[in-house]
Amino acid sequence: MVASTWFGLGAALIIGLSLFQVIINPEPLRKVLAFNLLGSAVFVLFGVLARRGGGRIDGVAFADPVPQALIITGLVVAFAATVLAVALVLRLLQAECATQDHDTECRIDD
Amino acid sequence: MTLTLFADLGLLIILLGLAIITAFARPAFVAVAAYMAYGLVMALAWVRLAAVDVALTEAAIGSGLTGMLLLGAVAWNQRQTEAHPRRRQIRLQVPATHPLLIIVVAAVCAGVSAVLAWVVVTLPEPPTLQVEQVRLALPATGLGNPVTGVLLAFRAIDTLLESVVLVFALVGVWSLADDAAWGGRPRSLRLVQHSHALTLLGQLLPPFGVLMGLYLFWAGADAPGGAFQGGTLLAAMWVLALSAGLAKVPAVSNRQLRLLISIGSLLFLAIGLAGWAGGVGFLGYPAGWSKALILIIEATLTLSIAVTLGMLVAGRPHRALPR
Amino acid sequence: MLFTDLYTYSLVGLGALFFCTGTIGLLRFPDSLSRLHALTKADNLGLGLVVIGLLPQTHWPLGAMKLIAVWLLAVLASTTVGQMVGEAIRRGVPFR
Repeated sequence: MVASTWFGLGAALIIGLSLFQVIINPEPLRKVLAFNLLGSAVFVLFGVLARRGGGRIDGVAFADPVPQALIITGLVVAFAATVLAVALVLRLLQAECATQDHDTECRIDD
Repeated sequence: MTLTLFADLGLLIILLGLAIITAFARPAFVAVAAYMAYGLVMALAWVRLAAVDVALTEAAIGSGLTGMLLLGAVAWNQRQTEAHPRRRQIRLQVPATHPLLIIVVAAVCAGVSAVLAWVVVTLPEPPTLQVEQVRLALPATGLGNPVTGVLLAFRAIDTLLESVVLVFALVGVWSLADDAAWGGRPRSLRLVQHSHALTLLGQLLPPFGVLMGLYLFWAGADAPGGAFQGGTLLAAMWVLALSAGLAKVPAVSNRQLRLLISIGSLLFLAIGLAGWAGGVGFLGYPAGWSKALILIIEATLTLSIAVTLGMLVAGRPHRALPR
Repeated sequence: MLFTDLYTYSLVGLGALFFCTGTIGLLRFPDSLSRLHALTKADNLGLGLVVIGLLPQTHWPLGAMKLIAVWLLAVLASTTVGQMVGEAIRRGVPFR
């Protein structure tokens, strides 16, 4: 098997692992982290397709540029989603803290 | 040939190990640290998959910025838990944690993995993708890097929407502010404990980092690089200066800041509409003008991305403006 | 040709040896400060040797200068991180 196929198999394994954690792990931040791992493995699967569609020019390997561009877009959008998710989780934790302790000591430290 | 296959398998084993630590390590801090290492090794894997543009983006955004963001959130959560040990934690749980349910979920996930692995092994030969079309169309854009060609000419609509998504994410984060803090400054990124070494790094590194960021944007026309990679590096330098206490996070009501954040998408959209009005189609470039227009779009996008990413890391407004 | 290849093999091999030593130190040393010592010093030397070994394999002068810049940046970053982790250890932050 060529190397890109092995990377594809590894990505398939990581997708299974992280999907399990996204469903099972109860901590919100760990869910966000596992979701990032899941996304990254999906990108690798796509990258394996790009590598298969490529080839070699003058001994330098190249990959199909269309999936590459989509992966770059995906990475940036995944980051935007992660930022929003983390901001929501922190807000949730702070709100929960304020209702449980009936005080205002739950602010993020300056 | 076999030697490189061995190197690739070694890389893959390290990746799998780090992914397992990220998914299953008990302390959240260890998991996030493993994820950052995973991102860096993944950048090497992207180079091995002949996708250097993706490798640069993965190292900068996937590992660096995401890792920093999650590390900050985990550290805050840990401090809160230590300060109030008896408080119950928020748990987003599937309805019951019956062992049978966990087994079912594990079986489903293993099934997903198995199906994907089967798909990878039985992919059709030869692959049908768009390499040839891109190679034939690329000279008309005046660019040498096919990935930049796809991002800014052939699939420019994706890139336009992507830059808008970043701005929307920032609007979303800002809208989580307390009423009193609306329009104010985000919390300071400066470390609680002052470190002279960090101050030195914050003074020494940014000139080189800014040069490197601008180079990545400029080289992106013909070599791996581009607006997103360059912009992320600029943002990283800004965040470094902020965490070393050498600069202050601006208030989110600052007009110039808002202009900088939106100018990239707005100019991109304006040039796209001009193409529509001029008869070459929405986001089309008139013949002979494409390289110049793409560079102008990329330059403003780089700036907007840098400021937007920096403000995204800084988070929601936290302190009210002085009246 | 053969001589430069031999030079690269030996220096990169030596660099890899330093990386191995540093990693063994990281795994086996008893406390955080000595582990930090093993990590920062051995790895910087190892990276330096790898870079010096690779110099004749790349374009002169631009490729070589890029390699040296990579080494200098890595040294700067690991120095700073080493200092900050050391400061944190002295303040009593638990590292296991």
